[in-house]
Amino acid sequence: MYIGKVIGTVVATIKISHLESRKLLLVDQLDLKGQETGYYDIAVDVVQAGPGDTVLVIDEGNGARQILGIDPGAIRAVIVGVVDEVTITDVEEIASEPYAVSI
Amino acid sequence: MKFGRVLGTVVASQKYEDLEGVKFLVVQPLDEDLKPNGQACIAADATAQAGPGELVFMVASREGAQALPEVFVPVDLAITGIVDEVDIERGTRREQPTAIWHHLNQDND
Repeated sequence: MYIGKVIGTVVATIKISHLESRKLLLVDQLDLKGQETGYYDIAVDVVQAGPGDTVLVIDEGNGARQILGIDPGAIRAVIVGVVDEVTITDVEEIASEPYAVSI
Repeated sequence: MKFGRVLGTVVASQKYEDLEGVKFLVVQPLDEDLKPNGQACIAADATAQAGPGELVFMVASREGAQALPEVFVPVDLAITGIVDEVDIERGTRREQPTAIWHHLNQDND
């Protein structure tokens, strides 16, 4: 899972059945300082998040299928929470690279 | 899922039997500004309606195969939708943090 920022919405009429009536949001992963990293993903939203929100994203297929209740399901990234507060302790040098990278 | 631009088509008459009827397209992965990012690759078209020039989104790895009618197939990238519209937030909600970030270190504990 990683923390991201919703930076936009995606609209598609023609899509696979697993995505029917799902809200698709564009999420940019945040580094540990809360800055955008440029590493993005198109995620399915199940918590009524909107553009600008800081969100928690799961990027794993099996978890996504369980949340959405579909199997098979061709979905990997799901927004599962809206983040209020982050506390990072004992970090001497905070990396500004994305910390959860997948293709 | 990531954005991609369809560049062309691939035809293979001899292929794994469960891939019969599946269309393959050449796609260029894009970054969030829809600029080319990385090398072009081959994706199975799970919408069956994408064509060259179109902006699509695609899912990689194991989930790519799950987008197709036959799930246990050797596919690692599939087109799952054709994009109509992308709306990027550029206002203050994007610029300003919407969550509170605390950085504590040993000194102020």
